[in-house]
Amino acid sequence: MAVPDAHLRILSTGGGATLQDAGRHGYMRYGITPAGPMDPLAHAAANRALGNERTATAIEVSLGGISLTAEDAPLDLAVAGGSFRIDLDGRPLPTAVALTLRPGAVLTIKAGRSGAWCYLAAAGRIEVADTLGSTATHTRSGFGGLEGRALRSGDVIPIIRSQPAIGEPAQLVSPWLERPADRIRVVLGPQADFFPPSEIDAFLANPWTVTARGDRMACFLAGTKLSHAGDYNIVSDGIAMGAIQVPGDGLPIVLMADRQPTGGYPKIATVIGADLGRLAQAQAGSVLHFASVSLEQAVAARRAEREALAEPVVLTPVIRTNLSSEYLLGLNLIDGVVG
Amino acid sequence: MMPPAASPDRTSPRFLDAGEAALVVEFGTVVDPAINDRVLALDAALRDERPDGFCESVPTYRSLMIHYDPLVLERSRLVALVETISARASAVRAPGRIWTLPCCYDPGFAEDIAEVAEIAGLTVERVAALHRTAEYRVYMYGFAPGFAYLGGLPAELAISRRARPRPPHPQSALLIGGGLAAVATFPMPTGWYVLARTPERLFSKSRNPNFLIEGGDSLRFEAIDASTFANLDRRAAAGEIIARQTR
Repeated sequence: MAVPDAHLRILSTGGGATLQDAGRHGYMRYGITPAGPMDPLAHAAANRALGNERTATAIEVSLGGISLTAEDAPLDLAVAGGSFRIDLDGRPLPTAVALTLRPGAVLTIKAGRSGAWCYLAAAGRIEVADTLGSTATHTRSGFGGLEGRALRSGDVIPIIRSQPAIGEPAQLVSPWLERPADRIRVVLGPQADFFPPSEIDAFLANPWTVTARGDRMACFLAGTKLSHAGDYNIVSDGIAMGAIQVPGDGLPIVLMADRQPTGGYPKIATVIGADLGRLAQAQAGSVLHFASVSLEQAVAARRAEREALAEPVVLTPVIRTNLSSEYLLGLNLIDGVVG
Repeated sequence: MMPPAASPDRTSPRFLDAGEAALVVEFGTVVDPAINDRVLALDAALRDERPDGFCESVPTYRSLMIHYDPLVLERSRLVALVETISARASAVRAPGRIWTLPCCYDPGFAEDIAEVAEIAGLTVERVAALHRTAEYRVYMYGFAPGFAYLGGLPAELAISRRARPRPPHPQSALLIGGGLAAVATFPMPTGWYVLARTPERLFSKSRNPNFLIEGGDSLRFEAIDASTFANLDRRAAAGEIIARQTR
């Protein structure tokens, strides 16, 4: 096993940051939650920007934010996801950015104007032990990541790095990461027949507000309650990520990465794969509508997303339009070309 | 508006989409061993076949959820494959294995047994005897890692689950509730009642195999005393398999 040649030290975090690869797949039949990223597209994009496998382990940062530094050697990092506030030693950076973090330099990621999750990838490999073939953290099971728990201040993450190549911060040109969250596409079912047609219409017509109760397991929605046609107890069956179950209280719950693999409420619809990330990025208080699409449309959207990810992620030098005073004072006026 | 329960015969299953990357093959809507047999037979055949684009399958009481990559495996091809497999005369499930799990009903291990006895109008001894002498079918896993849902609980023990969950039970608890039995590997709060504990772990991260028992297997319980429990628990913690396989 290769020896880590650099480390990321967590200086502070507001909680909710975890290590995630693409998820622990293949064990749902034994009651094992897949976990993995809440926004798979952003997770893959951060990895791809550095030349990593798109499924590589990265840090998922929640609205709690995180602040970290490199130890032992410079590290190439990339951040992608929601519009968080990114700051390198006091210098504000774009929300989707790649940079070389030198030992002692401090990278800070804080909640921003929109988005609930962002991903911090490191070029090379984050070297932590796997559980059942995956490093994805599932805190309820105590699996993956560091000791099966969320990251906390003082944690040191070992990394077998690729040779740093980025240097000055560069913006990720990834227009496909800009995804409005106000219209979420769904395929109706698998238990749409537990609802009368008028309630399906209401589900699709009414606005739904994302509540603060959400976490990696589920997104809880508030709005006008839905009624079932009859019984709302079903004998447990499988739960896909994005399944929208409606329990007895009539308010939809969208089951996300940390869902249980089986469950027992009727599922009126399922969020399509391409829109899982945009739903995950909706902050509490956001209002959204569901739009019903055909299976063919859902597959086409998935294909488009896969093709976008297959393209190299383009990096362009950061255009300094939003300069902090600290940054201006520190500018070297001889080579300081402000683009 | 519960759809009518499919009879456990060779009728075609229903195909229900759970988004564009998961297909539910529903053989029925109720808890029934014959329906569960059909689920498990399809599951086994599909895993043998393993078509490109097949990701994983999740058998439940009455349906199989197939997670797939629709960019590799088109839904129509998946449905055709499932129909072909289901129509095969050989699509019957191989008989499950039979496991005997040692378990301890001593008061320190049977936290809720007195409560169950009171609700069911039985003595504590009778509750333990009923629970211990039944043979259980493993229908499915779910809810948590290594949490196995068992059918076969005697009718006298069919009491509702708690209205409010109780504090976390210890690991490897034998539970009953809502007419079903369960074995829970990990401690957790639960609406079920704890009747006993087994030193066996149905799941261990570090043991090979990680998972001991499969859907369709049968479980029997065998009473042990507290000192035997302590001894077997130490051996199980070291990775040994304690349960006896008798078929």
